[in-house]
Amino acid sequence: MTETKPSPVPGVRIGQMSFVWRPWLVLVTLLLAAAGFLVFCLSISVGDFPIGLSRVIATLFGRGEQVDEFVVMDLRMPRALAGLVVGVALGVSGAITQSVARNPLASPDVLGITGGAGMVAVFLVTVSGGIAAAVVSSVGLTVAALAGGLGAGLLVYFLAWRRGIDGFRLILIGISVSAMTEAVTTWLLVSADIRDVARAQAWLVGSLDNRSWDEVRVALWCSLALMAVVACVAFQFKPMHLGDEVAAGLGVRYTRVRALLLLCAVLLAAVAVSAAGPVPFVALVAPQVAMRLARCPTPPMVASGLTGALLLTGSDLVARSVLPIGLPVGVVTAAIGGPFLVYLLVRANLR
Amino acid sequence: MKDESDYPENGGPVAVHQTTTEVESEGRDAARLAARGITVGYGGRTVIDELDVAIPPGVITTIIGPNGCGKSTLLRTLTRLLKPVKGAVVLDGEDIAGLRTRDVAKKLGLLPQAPVAPEGLTVADLVARGRHPHQSWLRQWSSDDADVVASALAMTGVSELADRPVDSLSGGQRQRVWISMTLAQGTDLLLLDEPTTYLDLAHAIDVLDLVDDLHESGCTVVMVLHDLNLATRYSDNLIVMREGAILAQGHPRDVITAGLLEEAFGLRAMVIDDPVGDRPLIVPIGRTHVSLN
Repeated sequence: MTETKPSPVPGVRIGQMSFVWRPWLVLVTLLLAAAGFLVFCLSISVGDFPIGLSRVIATLFGRGEQVDEFVVMDLRMPRALAGLVVGVALGVSGAITQSVARNPLASPDVLGITGGAGMVAVFLVTVSGGIAAAVVSSVGLTVAALAGGLGAGLLVYFLAWRRGIDGFRLILIGISVSAMTEAVTTWLLVSADIRDVARAQAWLVGSLDNRSWDEVRVALWCSLALMAVVACVAFQFKPMHLGDEVAAGLGVRYTRVRALLLLCAVLLAAVAVSAAGPVPFVALVAPQVAMRLARCPTPPMVASGLTGALLLTGSDLVARSVLPIGLPVGVVTAAIGGPFLVYLLVRANLR
Repeated sequence: MKDESDYPENGGPVAVHQTTTEVESEGRDAARLAARGITVGYGGRTVIDELDVAIPPGVITTIIGPNGCGKSTLLRTLTRLLKPVKGAVVLDGEDIAGLRTRDVAKKLGLLPQAPVAPEGLTVADLVARGRHPHQSWLRQWSSDDADVVASALAMTGVSELADRPVDSLSGGQRQRVWISMTLAQGTDLLLLDEPTTYLDLAHAIDVLDLVDDLHESGCTVVMVLHDLNLATRYSDNLIVMREGAILAQGHPRDVITAGLLEEAFGLRAMVIDDPVGDRPLIVPIGRTHVSLN
């Protein structure tokens, strides 16, 4: 600041590449990544057979003992990794939907994705025989739920389409479709056999219990692929924060970019829901928290994903270690994320 | 990258295209932007029918007309925001519909009506966004970008505000910042849709003086304005529209007459010499407080 008129927007250049230099955003992102990794390791170390943090890290890098390796890699890793993947997927998905709609209310929960996946899952669990059994045996509950979430998300998108996409219309239709799917879910639960209801409920609250390596692997690869697409398109998306017409003036084919990104957001949320159940609130709160921590005017993608991972893994850790009864993670994410967002909002008011 | 522009902002290719246009339009003055027989409508309703217009280079052209006459529609069609059902918009001799969106953005800057920036976005970041058509995934911020943004900020007189959030500025300052972003795009063809909306008269004058500075520096400007006297004062070429057609076009001194105002707007008015300028001044005649019959 003391120098003679520095460039208003500092840049950084690495060979052919050049980016705007935002030290605070980079710092916050690195801190979030470090915190995420720490909580991830803690999540592995805690359990009936506690393993020290240093031993967990050693094992992760392939220098652990045989005993630890079995517990860490085979027993606890899937759960911790599922928390990480689902958290990142929900965080990024929320950042996209909120940016596209230019409205913080637009999270995958509101846009019907969670509701659609939940409805399909409950239908398959509670309705025995016939089509339901055939579907479950052929593709599995996870994939069917994913399809349900995708279907509901696309339905909302096409219903909201009227010479382009308007944020408010998207949210209103999302809320309507969510309400319908929830009504169907409730009806299924009320009319179903009590034992099936218990199974369906366990799925509906969102939980990381009993994840298998296979399930986690599918979610991991799907999320990675989708995030690669998001990373490619993100540059074209930058001017869209200024509105469709300004973006068009700056040479962005906004309908195409937006449709592609929304599709990625819907798929990411659907992957997350199919892997861990409809964990509430992460997709809504993570981008908003990341935005305030990083002091960005719009949800930063990477930081949002990391915040989501931190929130979900941290909540799972709290649910398992601090609380006396084994609460499902979905209950804790809302209990931790909600007050934290309120705190950030109130702090902004006081300044 | 392949998208990096090789040609300068002014000069070379422009001149080449101008001759092409001239040949194609058979003597029509070297317009860089023209509409040829365009028909535009929204969902079945035709707003503009078979309209021809050429935007003369190097001057300020203002489109005026009563509400709903299609002036914003014309401007939006010229910028490719709307696609004509029939006819074509020609930019530097090429059909705009066939150009890549990015290439259009390198030649033509657009400021829509009442744009809104995300809360908390700083002036420098907003203006920097104007460089988008010249950037790529790998080259998101070159030293050229920094220079152009700095001069765009300076030209619009908002350098001092660079670190302030856009939403903390006054309406006039905000509009200056948006124009600055359009300037950072590095085009010499600017289309502004009602740049003075929501501004009080002093701020409106301030913004239009800025537009005139841009014109002095060599830009071709097309804008839509509501205020007829401001349009008359600040433009060299007026396009008067009514019901989707052009009623008159030319220098304000030739175009603005009491008869035309009556015909276009249904406005009874007197046209006198502007006591402080060399343009006509419109004095509307309403029902009250009028001393002559």
